Amino acid sequence: MKRIGLIVNPYAGLGGRAGFKGSDDVSIQERALEMGVVPEAPYRALLCLRELERDADDIEILCGAGEMGEDTVRQTVLPYRVEAKAVEGRTTAADTKEAARELLEKGADLLLFAGGDGTARDIMDAVETKIPVIGIPAGVKIHSAVYAMNPQSAGKAAHSFVKETGVTVAEAEVMDIDEELFRQGQVEARLYGYLMVPQIKAYMQGMKAGGYSEAAGLAGIAMEIVSTMENDVCYVIGPGTTTRGIMEAMGLENTLLGVDVVCNKEQIGKDLNEQQLVELLNGRLFRIIVTIIGGQGHVFGRGNQQLSPRILQMAGRDGITIVATRTKLIGLGGRPMTVDTGDPETDQMLSGYYRVVTGYQDYIPYKIVL
Amino acid sequence: MHRDYEKQLRNYHQAKWNEELIFDLSVPGERGVLVTPADASVIQEVGSGLDTIPASLKRKKMPNLPEVNQVRANRHFMRLSQETLSVDTTPDFEGTCTMKYSPKVQEHMVARNPKFTEVHPLQPDETKQGLLEIYYETEQMLKAISGMDAFSLQPGGGATAVFAAACVIRAYHESRGEGYRDEIVTTIFSHPCDAAGPATAGYKVITLMIDPEKGYPSLEDMKAALSERTAAIFITNPEDTGIYNPDIKEYVEAAHEVGAICYYDQANANGMLGIARAKEVGFDAIHYNLHKTFSAPHGGLGPGCGALGVIKDLEQFLPSPRILKEGEKFVLQVNNPQSIGHTRQFFGNSAAVLRAYMWIRTLGAEGVREAAICSVLNNQYLMKKMEQIHGVDIWYAKGKRRLEQCRYSFETLKKETGFGTDDLNHRVMDFGLEEAFLSHHPYIVPEPLTLEPCESCSRDDIDEYVGVYTEMCREAYEEPELLRNAPHNCAIHRMKVENTEKWEELGTTLMQYEKRRKE
Repeated sequence: MKRIGLIVNPYAGLGGRAGFKGSDDVSIQERALEMGVVPEAPYRALLCLRELERDADDIEILCGAGEMGEDTVRQTVLPYRVEAKAVEGRTTAADTKEAARELLEKGADLLLFAGGDGTARDIMDAVETKIPVIGIPAGVKIHSAVYAMNPQSAGKAAHSFVKETGVTVAEAEVMDIDEELFRQGQVEARLYGYLMVPQIKAYMQGMKAGGYSEAAGLAGIAMEIVSTMENDVCYVIGPGTTTRGIMEAMGLENTLLGVDVVCNKEQIGKDLNEQQLVELLNGRLFRIIVTIIGGQGHVFGRGNQQLSPRILQMAGRDGITIVATRTKLIGLGGRPMTVDTGDPETDQMLSGYYRVVTGYQDYIPYKIVL
Repeated sequence: MHRDYEKQLRNYHQAKWNEELIFDLSVPGERGVLVTPADASVIQEVGSGLDTIPASLKRKKMPNLPEVNQVRANRHFMRLSQETLSVDTTPDFEGTCTMKYSPKVQEHMVARNPKFTEVHPLQPDETKQGLLEIYYETEQMLKAISGMDAFSLQPGGGATAVFAAACVIRAYHESRGEGYRDEIVTTIFSHPCDAAGPATAGYKVITLMIDPEKGYPSLEDMKAALSERTAAIFITNPEDTGIYNPDIKEYVEAAHEVGAICYYDQANANGMLGIARAKEVGFDAIHYNLHKTFSAPHGGLGPGCGALGVIKDLEQFLPSPRILKEGEKFVLQVNNPQSIGHTRQFFGNSAAVLRAYMWIRTLGAEGVREAAICSVLNNQYLMKKMEQIHGVDIWYAKGKRRLEQCRYSFETLKKETGFGTDDLNHRVMDFGLEEAFLSHHPYIVPEPLTLEPCESCSRDDIDEYVGVYTEMCREAYEEPELLRNAPHNCAIHRMKVENTEKWEELGTTLMQYEKRRKE
């Protein structure tokens, strides 16, 4: 018997319909509702659950109360229990987080949530990577890689998770987009963190179908980097799951969202900021090892701002190694990598071809283009 | 008879025998053939036959073979064959596999002609001149078709040929004091063996991505990848998308400029035979798949032949033994000091070579060229009809011709109906067609399907094939239940395949698999 948690953010997507480009702000939600916009997230969650009705004998839904899930699952034949406390009045981000924590505690094996990037961040704050999740896209901004392609795909992915053996889970990026800037036409995303997502490529957004083993790619990259490390040279390891593999291969602790420094296979710096990095690296030989963050192909500027223009100039273009699995590069769909360091001169210095490490003695020449 | 495939498709139903394993049919004491023992007087005179076998070769225990009589054994395999689809029953348009017709007269020759089947490779050369002649003549014909100066027919398949080529190339560079060259360049759409072969031989692999407009890598990317460390480029052209890179000469020149060898994986040669040669483009080494392009049947596990062809400068490094002609005699040249050694036992899969020999001789030069032209023509017709199916798209190089094969994308179908090519592959057998080849890994074109009709299919075959795909796509939109629970008419429904992404749980050999699982 698998327990599937369900949380619906009833205000996800309101901003979009009304043209506000997001619904994080309560005042935006108010204005949209006043305009007569009807919440869509509950309906999308229902479409998702319809795909799971065939598994009614094998699953139980643990849901949020009222409009946070109960109202939706009641319209299906699925057995359910309301496990999160009922909320008075308008639900908020805090309620989403509380509900997620409660469902985690009550033993959910998988958490389905209907919303957008904002909802994904709330879920992340609550459950981190403790249980796998699948996002039902119902928000305005869907830049986080935790979402299925559409509500039905979310349901199919959940079905696969319940029924199939050998489904792996892996971290997917949760992006933080400045909504105010977004409203002004600028997309400035930042890596907020990670959620665990089932690797069911046929249904999840941003994953390409077809047999290539991400795990083998990551292991190969780690092997390549570690086996070519030189003595007495510092290696600045940027954030991300690809670079994490490198640290793990050396048996070292790793800061998933931060910058660590390694020398002679020992960690000499952990989660350093720009100032600390400058002090540590001054006068020493070092290489920077980074991966692509976010769906737009950024190597610098979307989650590793500690690697400032100053440090990049110290390293020089030849002092930078980019690592990424083939799947990640293919996911760029032919678009080049890019950078946004905040300093045009540094951006310029960084452009051009790199030999991206994609596995053990396995490389793909790929360009950074501004 | 010409069936209108728009109105009436085949309603195929597969036989279903619930046949046991042959071990389960075993009845102790049952035999297929009873060998009469020798007469007592004979045994007295010369001893029992068993005594002439050296003790070290004699089994200590009876082998664990099933004990089944002839009638039951025959029936067993016949029944299993009825539960299988093959090119004998079904048109098969597997992309890049070139599943052309292998004339039955060729099958008769390799299976039933004792002058071929009874030859042992270790018998003296004077007694196997016919076999050696066939090898030699096949080599000459392949030289003419490709422009290469020498061939080895020993590699047992395309990937073996590519691996052998990587070894040949390394030996070549080392002989010139350039053994420091430790990289090769390939493309993401080239066959995976073009990366795997050299990697197994110890090379670093640099893979070029596709220019999404053109469908093949840009010359700029190629030049960025080349350096004085490049030993060779390994590429397929046309790639499995069917797009021919018209500027291939410039890529070859760029590679030659840095001193690299240019290797041509010619698995996709079927649309070019007699029309374009590797030599004129500037390639230094190639392979043909005799079990694809030259008609030897195949379908996993071989036996095949990856015919490895090279220019003069690389000849001395080819696998051993080579087959040479001295005067009127054919000889095996076993002393090749610079040879990379052998890639398989003896001199390879002679059945594949014999079929290729017969196929080329039957068609002749004009016939071979005509086969290429027909294969391209058939593909144009197939493409035109597939494009008309709603839900199907062709990626890259819009409006540009493909050669003998094409990769389609059913992404639109997937987005609009939720059904993709995996689902179609479950349903297609209900119409008597085989599962189609989707794509090599990694999939870049989403929901891919790669089709190559070859010259030996008729227009009727193509009409039937398109009719089936048209119907399945219609079902995706209008009768999804038929797709959802397919197949309906097969011997078994769906196999439960245990999947794992954890490479520590996989094994490429049984020994490795068992070892890893224990750990």
